[in-house]
Amino acid sequence: MSMNVSRRAFVGTAGLLATTLAACSGGNGGSESSAGDSGAGSAASTAAGGSVYWLNFKPELDETLQELAGTYTKETGVPVKIVTAASGTYNQTLIAEMDKSEAPTLFVIGNAAGVKEWGDFALDLKGTAIEKELNTDAYNLYDTEGKLVSIGYCYECYGIVANKDLIEKAGHAIDDIKDFESLKKVVEDIHKRSNELGFDAFVATDMDDSSSWRVTGHLANLEYYYEEQDTGDFDESTSEIAGTYLPNYKKLYDLMINNSVVEPSALATGGHDPATQFTNGEAAFFLTGSWDYATLSEAQPNVRMLPYYCGVSGEEKAGLNCGTENCWAVNVNATEENQQATIDFMVWLVSNPDASAKMVEQLGIMPYTNAAESTNGFLLNAAEYTADGCYVMDWATNYQPNVDQYRAALVSALNAYNSDPSDSNWDDVKKAFVDGWATQYKAANS
Amino acid sequence: MAKTASNDSSIKRSTRRWAWLFMGPVISAFCIGFVWPFFQGIYLSFCKFRLTSDATFIGVDNYQAALTDASFQHSFWYTALTAVVSLVLINILAFTVAYVLTQKIKGANLFRTVFFMPNLIGGIVLGYIWSMIFDGILAAYSTSILLETSYGFWGLIILLCWQQIGYMMIIYIAGLQAVPEDMLEAAKIDGASKWQTLFRVIIPNVMPSITICMFLSLTNGFKLFDQNLALTGGLPYIIQADGSTINTTEMLALNIYNTFYTAGAGSRGVAQAKAVVFFLLVAGLGLAQLAYTRRREVQQ
Repeated sequence: MSMNVSRRAFVGTAGLLATTLAACSGGNGGSESSAGDSGAGSAASTAAGGSVYWLNFKPELDETLQELAGTYTKETGVPVKIVTAASGTYNQTLIAEMDKSEAPTLFVIGNAAGVKEWGDFALDLKGTAIEKELNTDAYNLYDTEGKLVSIGYCYECYGIVANKDLIEKAGHAIDDIKDFESLKKVVEDIHKRSNELGFDAFVATDMDDSSSWRVTGHLANLEYYYEEQDTGDFDESTSEIAGTYLPNYKKLYDLMINNSVVEPSALATGGHDPATQFTNGEAAFFLTGSWDYATLSEAQPNVRMLPYYCGVSGEEKAGLNCGTENCWAVNVNATEENQQATIDFMVWLVSNPDASAKMVEQLGIMPYTNAAESTNGFLLNAAEYTADGCYVMDWATNYQPNVDQYRAALVSALNAYNSDPSDSNWDDVKKAFVDGWATQYKAANS
Repeated sequence: MAKTASNDSSIKRSTRRWAWLFMGPVISAFCIGFVWPFFQGIYLSFCKFRLTSDATFIGVDNYQAALTDASFQHSFWYTALTAVVSLVLINILAFTVAYVLTQKIKGANLFRTVFFMPNLIGGIVLGYIWSMIFDGILAAYSTSILLETSYGFWGLIILLCWQQIGYMMIIYIAGLQAVPEDMLEAAKIDGASKWQTLFRVIIPNVMPSITICMFLSLTNGFKLFDQNLALTGGLPYIIQADGSTINTTEMLALNIYNTFYTAGAGSRGVAQAKAVVFFLLVAGLGLAQLAYTRRREVQQ
């Protein structure tokens, strides 16, 4: 969710001259506030032995964090400053903030590209108090030397969200959907009868920046994941991919765009607001993730998340795509007091009952022994699949090299394909998907 | 007489003594906000860096990479074309509107206000509004402004005309109103036709306005960023055989921005080098054009 880089979101940040000539700042369009008495801040930080500065990249978490920072300062006297980068501008903001003398002590390194770019700035978290709080190692990121660069503070899952009520209204049962063929049957039937039913199968697969990540990032994961099963897990050194399962990606993609509320040719500029289409009950299926659970379930109480069924053999045993881009890294250049204060604050966030409850409410689930229990329905779906012996599809998408450029090329190619689904246009999609990976990998590692 | 002279010189002396107080803030702001970052920017274009405070000098490699980058070359030609076409259209239309509105017609003031208003809207907002308008029309033909380079190009030209004609019109109106009445009268008495009056009397007299308008629209065209970002963002791309892309409607400034922020840490120096090339280009063009048009102005 946080990976979508939106042209719209650049609005606040881009002073042309600042970008081209000045080189003095990357622009910083975010909210900023500092908890505690700022006048006494420096005195307090020496007295209490440090202060915390978290550069947060999830705008939806900002309000909760500002509140928790205030509480923490009141309880312990340690000043906590939270700055939230505007949506889609985290990297720019990080570049600018890291250049300052009072750089963030806590920031986010969420994927392989981040490890490569910012790994040098991260403290090895092995053996720290916060690492001991973790209940799994699954969401941690290591560099090539085995340094624990960042640790997950929450994880998410994504897949195909289905509206059980609408599916039943159309005379089908959600439990019958067990693979691509059964999904296709239901979807095509609903689309065929959409006039009579009053709703359609899929919401609009909009290709503008607020939505294109659903297919250029998330849906793409099915290709990467199944390819991983053949070739071994992706990591930072995955310099090229084969695209073996691209036909499966195409199957599900075609199913989505051809059985939808909106014609494929109208998807390029988007603006159909797929989330609202889903909450209004205009369509029964929607590609999204666990972060949308609260909004979706409020409007449509019977929602369930299905795996990406795409016609791969053995997919009846598929589960949801689980992973995270929300990983904490502690700045290695911060003073020892500040590092300690930061780690103390992290431990408090994941172990204090009130604080962790508030965090879990926003984040869905936190992989820590003493954190509050999750109430997120989609994450519970993920757990059910796992309990049934299904495989978890990990987020190989996190290894997309130069992610913004890689995805932008894919958007362009898919736009052309949507308006004219010819083989030559699909060849361009393939080029962007497979060759684009190698090209961007080379560019990112030059 | 002697008293006045001594008064003058004392004023001069105190002006000289206190000049720094009045000049100081501006000069220091200019140095902090422009001169220093400018020179740092030039230095960084010779460096490989992730953070601007931690740069390693590598010589001219960045310039080599920038100048051989196919997407940069494409964006240069695309920008040049956009700038030239928009310059011609904006100035002809703005002059025409100004000429009509300086004739004694009813409601001229209202029209002036209306024509000027688009200029008050920010580029990003304009970009999104126009993308909706264009797509509203193009949807009827099952296509989109993001699917064809030519749609993106003409879309941007229409947007620029709509936005800038009003502004240039104001400058032209000021110029037209300053044309001496007696000259126009003399032309009339001499039997000059309307066209002769326009080309032989009016245009030579508004040459200063033409200079400033051409200069503004040319540099505006070259520096264009937000409208470009919001309207098409560079789409559609040409996907090359190796998977790399040429963003067909990407202008220079957006190309630099994308290189800096989305092409990975290794290309920040390259983006910086592109920015320096970009500066030289805009400054050179602007100065050359200024010098050329100045020569044609009528000295009054």
